[in-house]
Formats: sequence, C-alpha cells, structure tokens
Amino acid sequence: MLEMGFFVILAVVATVTAMMVIAQKNPVVSAIYLIVTLFSLAGIYLLLGAQFVAIIQVLVYAGAIMVLFLFVIMLLNLEKEKKLVARHRLQRILGVFLGIILLGQIGLIFASVFPEAPKGHFPMEKVAALGNTEVVARLLFTDYLLPFEITSVLLLVAIVGAIVLAKKQL
Amino acid sequence: MVSLSSYLILSAILFSIGVGGFLLRRNTIVIFMSIELMLNAANLAFVAFARFLDSIDGQIFVFFVMAVAAAEAAVGLAIIMAMFRTRETVNADEMNLMKW
Repeated sequence: MLEMGFFVILAVVATVTAMMVIAQKNPVVSAIYLIVTLFSLAGIYLLLGAQFVAIIQVLVYAGAIMVLFLFVIMLLNLEKEKKLVARHRLQRILGVFLGIILLGQIGLIFASVFPEAPKGHFPMEKVAALGNTEVVARLLFTDYLLPFEITSVLLLVAIVGAIVLAKKQL
Repeated sequence: MVSLSSYLILSAILFSIGVGGFLLRRNTIVIFMSIELMLNAANLAFVAFARFLDSIDGQIFVFFVMAVAAAEAAVGLAIIMAMFRTRETVNADEMNLMKW
C-alpha cells in the first residue's frame, strides 16, 4: 500500500515535470524541471530495488549531465531564442498527434505482450541479502567486462570529440 | 505491490512526452533534453523488467545507457556550441548547412 502511494506520487511528479520541460519557453526553467523529473525517476528506481542505479541516476544525470546543460545554456546568449516553439501551426498539431499515436502503440504492445521469459538468478531477496551494488559490480566485472572496457573507450572518444568540436581553432 | 504494467505505462508516457518535445520544440537544447527524457523512459523499462524477471542484467544495461547518454550530451552540446559560434542561433530550423 505504501509502495503504491509512493509510486503514484513519484509517477505524477515525473509526468507533470516532464510536460513542463517541453512546455517552458525558457531553457533554464526546462532544465530545472528535467532535474526534478530525474530525481523522481531515481525514487522509482529505489522502489524497484535498484539502489545502485538510483544513486548513479542522481550523480550522473541530475548531477553531471544537467550541470553540463545549464553550463552551455549560460554560455550561450539565448535572449532572442526564448519563444522558439514550433513555427508552423501544422508542425505543432502533427507533433502532438504523432506523440499520442506513439503512446497508443507502445501502450498496445505493453498490454498485449506479457513477458513469459525465463526468470533470472537474482530474485529480490537474494539481491537484498548480498547488496545491490555488490551484485551489479560482480556482474559488471565478470560477465560484462568487455562492454565495460569499451564504455571507457567510448567516453574517451566523446571527450576528444567534444574538445575538437568546441575549440575555436585547433 | 505495484505491477509491471504500471511501470511500463509510466515509461511509455515519459517516452511519448520526449517524442512530443522533440517534434514540437525548435530550440536544440530543449530537443536535447527531450532525448534525455526518452533515454530515461527506456531506462525505467529496463529496471522494471529486471525487477520483475528476477534478473540484474537490466540494471547493468542502464549503466551502459547512462554512459552513452553522458557521451552523447558532451558531444551534442559541443556541436550546439560550435553551431552557435558560427550561426548565432540554436534554432533547429536554421541549422540547414548540410541540407541539399
């Protein structure tokens, strides 16, 4: 019952703030609302028993990525960009229309296909006994070691690429 | 006990809001935030499936998605900076240099 209450509160907060993100004219306000959305998603991850993901969500998303966003918004002078909603009326109607159609399609898929996949080896009690972070780390450094290392290469490439793109001249 | 479908419906709603923002807004920074919103909706679906299928692999995938999102944000914002330097705008309609 308590879980349901928390879920409803967090889901409503996430949905409303996500709407505000795309409805706000000022990108700074959008970014602040997006941070609230990310925090409520972190709360939902806690409800799902994914403590490690919840902490990473707050640290990486709400912390690093959103600070980067705010930093760029402040570096750019966006005074005349504030009323940049869709210029064409047709585009606005089509955007809402296609969004609703997509929602209906995803909803249909979720309603019709129930996952009958074989259960994994980590029921919630076992994960709780071992500790979520330890279980994630153990898998990450054994079964998923190669993707983990490739991720570090990806981040390195992203750093180099960002510097090359943002520098005035090399 | 919250069912799997409630999490999936929330994920679908967030994803659709992201798509709507992507289609509606012309400010590239807000378009970027919409992309982040969609990535988060996918992450939520991953974590929900991981929880209800007694598996931990979904959470690890979320870890990778976040790493990709971080890389994407860094490179994308660098592109926006470079674009703003040459064109003095972040309007997606005016970024048509590569358009034939």
